[in-house]
Formats: sequence, structure tokens, C-alpha cells
Amino acid sequence: MLNNFVVPDFYPLAPEILLLSMSFVILLADLVLGKTQRWVAFALSIITLLGCAALTVMTADGQTALTMSNLFVDDLLSDFLKLMAYLSVIMVLVYGRQYLVVRGLDKGEFYLLVLFATLGMMVMISAASLLTLYLGLELMSLSLYALVAIDRDSKRATEAAMKYFVLGALASGLLLYGMSMVYGATGNLNIADISQVLYQGQADKTVLVFGLVFIVAGIAFKLGVVPFHMWIPDVYHGAPTVVTMLIGTAPKFAAFAMILRLLVYALFAVVAEWQQMLLIMAVLSIALGNLAAIAQKNIKRMLAYSAISHMGFMLLGLTSGVIGKEVDPFTAINAYSSSLYYTLAYVLMSLGSFGMVLLLSRAGHEAEELDDFKGLNQRSPWFAGMMLIFMLSMAGIPFFIGFFAKFAVLTAAIKAGHLYVAIGAVMFSLVGAFYYLRVVKLMYFDAAEDKTPLLARTSFRILLSLNGIAVAAFGLFPDAVMSLCTAVLLHSL
Amino acid sequence: MISLSHYLTLAAILFAISIVGIFLNRKNLIVLLMAIELMLLAVNLNFVAFSHYLHNLSGQLFVFFILVVAAAEAGIGLAILVVLFRNLSSIHVDDLDQLKG
Repeated sequence: MLNNFVVPDFYPLAPEILLLSMSFVILLADLVLGKTQRWVAFALSIITLLGCAALTVMTADGQTALTMSNLFVDDLLSDFLKLMAYLSVIMVLVYGRQYLVVRGLDKGEFYLLVLFATLGMMVMISAASLLTLYLGLELMSLSLYALVAIDRDSKRATEAAMKYFVLGALASGLLLYGMSMVYGATGNLNIADISQVLYQGQADKTVLVFGLVFIVAGIAFKLGVVPFHMWIPDVYHGAPTVVTMLIGTAPKFAAFAMILRLLVYALFAVVAEWQQMLLIMAVLSIALGNLAAIAQKNIKRMLAYSAISHMGFMLLGLTSGVIGKEVDPFTAINAYSSSLYYTLAYVLMSLGSFGMVLLLSRAGHEAEELDDFKGLNQRSPWFAGMMLIFMLSMAGIPFFIGFFAKFAVLTAAIKAGHLYVAIGAVMFSLVGAFYYLRVVKLMYFDAAEDKTPLLARTSFRILLSLNGIAVAAFGLFPDAVMSLCTAVLLHSL
Repeated sequence: MISLSHYLTLAAILFAISIVGIFLNRKNLIVLLMAIELMLLAVNLNFVAFSHYLHNLSGQLFVFFILVVAAAEAGIGLAILVVLFRNLSSIHVDDLDQLKG
């Protein structure tokens, strides 16, 4: 047997290897660094992520490369999603720097856990087998559970961590049970082999659909869509704002990759069944997310419910790939790229909104109530303008990126014949516009209760401004981003 | 003769017990962690049974990884439980009521 051993090609794994080795370097460096030198861990993490980005660009040749006994795949989709994930993690680190320093949370563990979570996302994004997908998911989730509890003296944070842990573990269990059924029906763990077996029609369909239900439930838990959304508001509210920001952004790319690899690549044979399930969850999420967000006074909870509704929109694109019985690759790619576009737009807006919450926070004060935004225009007209852009874009008002993302998803949904669903989604986003515009009203038409000047580092101010300008500018060139998403999927499906 | 469906039924029963354990348990967080472990073990049984009857080893391979992840998961879960106990002086599920809305 040993004679058959072939040394795998490590080249496509270069970003993962760099990230892992640099995590160990930071782990060791953290032992000798004193309290005043904590910026070193921060700087090393940023450099590592930039290095990974450079390696990812170098390995991105548009070819699909399978390596490590077909456990790991490097295609254009994985490169694109990984670059987006690095970008959002870097932004989270820069935005969160000041917040962590004033609270004494900028320990080496924080940066390590963030890097391990990023590694988990990268493995998930590049998974070519159910095994790698599961391991990446667990590496990401376990690091995130620990990150939520990083402020260990906070009652709220530890409670949120416990809730996140229990429901996250339940989700992994459901997903695994589903995977075991798919394995039983097809006799394979490799995603390409599973779709091959299903294509030849050799699998037991009852077992397969039974497994599919569990897989969809597991995915829905991880994404936080109705009816598996109950952890989202509590975790977003309880976790330190930086961690909330991390949970709400980069993992969405990994989750998108997971859906694509599991449902589209592996289980496309039962597309009619999973489209139906996702459609119901999408409609319920859009409705419940927007309605429940109105009642919130805490902006983190409000953004949590808004995340539920945005994930509903994202799923809407994924349910529109196949119309009736016939599979048209162009319709499918259009629909899935509208979902990818939506994920991208949502993550950009979400980074900006949580960045604003961090901007208003300072030592001993968490700016997490809506009232903290009162009179922001008097305190800083520029950042009030940025928040205006994020809120209008989230509400889906033209001409920001959020509008075109909604537009793309709804066009795909109407093409797939979900006309009433699309009308309902538009109605509920109108309802949603109310709570986004309430923030705008508080900023511009109410008197400031808190007149302290905003204390943010220059790097923070520049990045947040760029973030806001990006949300506005991509709205002016929607076709460029959309055609990029389409090209990525065209080369990978 | 014990057939595949016997194993699958047993695994399904264990899985159902663990889900019920998570949702009906209103007393103790440790029991909740035990339910999570039981869930992963039910999945392992499924994988091993399928692997044996399909004459395919990759299912048993998966089980090793699940066992390792389950150990890591228990470690993180217990660590969170310890910090929670230091803050709340209690591990009752009903005491997790700070976050609402």
C-alpha cells in the first residue's frame, strides 16, 4: 500500500499553510511580548492576512486544482471568497483595535482565535469532501464560540457564548446526521463523486431526501434563518461588538460556499426538494426579520434581525436556479451569482454599520442603544453621512449597492416564477425601511444627548470612510460587481 | 442476524433522545453537554454501520475525525461553562435570561 503513496501538491494550499504557520509564530511571540507590545500581534495578524491574500492571488489561475487525495479544491470561486473573507477579517481587526485596547481585550488569544476562525473559513471554502467541509466548519465555529466568551467577566457575553455553543453544536449534529445519510445513500464522501453517483441514479432517493432535510436544517442554523434563527439576536447582543462584527461578516462567505458545495455541487439531483425548503425559509426570514427589528431599541439586536432578513434575501437567489424540471445553466448561474452579489453587498454594509457602533463606543460606554445615535450630525457630519449611506443601502434605496443586490435577487426570483414571493419580499423591505430610516431620523433631527467628541484612530476613520464610499460607489457601477460574480461562478460550476 | 436497518434505527433513537434532551432539559447545562455528545455518537454509529455494509472505509475514517472534534467541542463547552459559573454562580438553564427582546 505504501508504494502507492504520492506526495500531494501543496501549492494550492499555500495560503492555508502560511496562515497556520504564522498563527504558531504569533502564539510563540505572544509568550514573550509584554503588555505594551501587544500591537505586535495585531500587526503580525494583518501582515499574515495580506500575505495570504497575495498567495491566493498567485494561486488563482482560473483552473480547478484538486489536491490532498481530492479533499481540497482550489478554483476561482474559492479564491474569490477567500479574498473577500481576508478583506472582512482585516477590516474587523482594524475597526476593533481601539475597542479592544480600551477594554483590555487585545490579548494574543484574540488575534489567534480570529486567525484560526479564518483558517476554518478557508478550509470550508475549499472543501471538496464532506470531511473537509465538516472540519473547516468546526474549526471556524469552535473559535467563534471562544471569541464570544473572550470578555470572561461579562455576564452577557458568557451567556451568549453558552447559547451560541449549544445551538451551534446542535446545528453541527444535524448537519452530520444528514451527511451520514448522504454517505449511506451514495457510498461516497467526495462531493464530485456524490454528484456523479446521483447523476447515474444509483442512490436510494428516500434515504437521500431524509438526509437532505437534516443538511438543510444544519445549514439554516448556521446561517440563522427562520425557523432556526433564535440564537442570532442573543449572540449579536451579548458578544463584544468586535466579535459580533466578525460573526456577522466573514462567516457569511464561508456559509455561502458551504451551501454551494453541499446543495449545488453535491446534491443537485434533488434540487427541486431543497429549493422548496429554502424558499419557505427565505420567505419566513424576510417577514420575521423585518417585523421583529422594528421593536428593537438596541442597535445590535436590530442589526441581528436585519441580518436574518438579509440572509432570507440571499437564500431567495439560491431558490431561483432551476425553473420547473429543466436545468438551464445560464439561469442557474445568474441566480447563484445574484446570491453571491447579495452576500458581498450585505457584508460590506454590515461591516460599516458595526464599524459605526464601534466608532461611538469608548471606555466604559457601549454605544449599542439606538439613542446613542441621537444628534450624530452635530457631533460629526461626515460620519453621520456614512451611517446614512449604510442605512439607506441596507433599506434597499437606490442608488446604493444594497438596492442593486435586492434588485438582482428579485429579478432572479421573478424569472423563476416566484412572483408573489418577490412582491411579498418588496413589501417587507418597505416595512424594514422604517427602522433603518428611524436611525437616520435620530441622527439628523434629534438633539445630541452625549456631546463627547469621537475618539477614533486615523486608520479607523480612513477605513470606515472608504467602506462608506465603496457602498456608494459600487452602487454607481452595479454591473461591474455583478459580472465579476457571474464570471467567478461561470469558471467554477 | 443484525441488519443495517437495526443499526440505523438504534442511531435514530439515540439521535432523537439527544435532541429531546437539548430541548426539554430545563435544569442543568451539564446534561445539555451530554446530550450533544450523545448526538455525535449517534452519528458515529450511523457512519460505522453504513461503512460496514457498503464495504467502504471512508465512513470509519470520518468517525475518527468526529471523535476528535467532539473532544475539542467538549473542551470548549466546559470552558464556557466554567466562566459562566464564575459569573452567575449557577448552571441552571433557566438562569440564562439576561438577553431578551
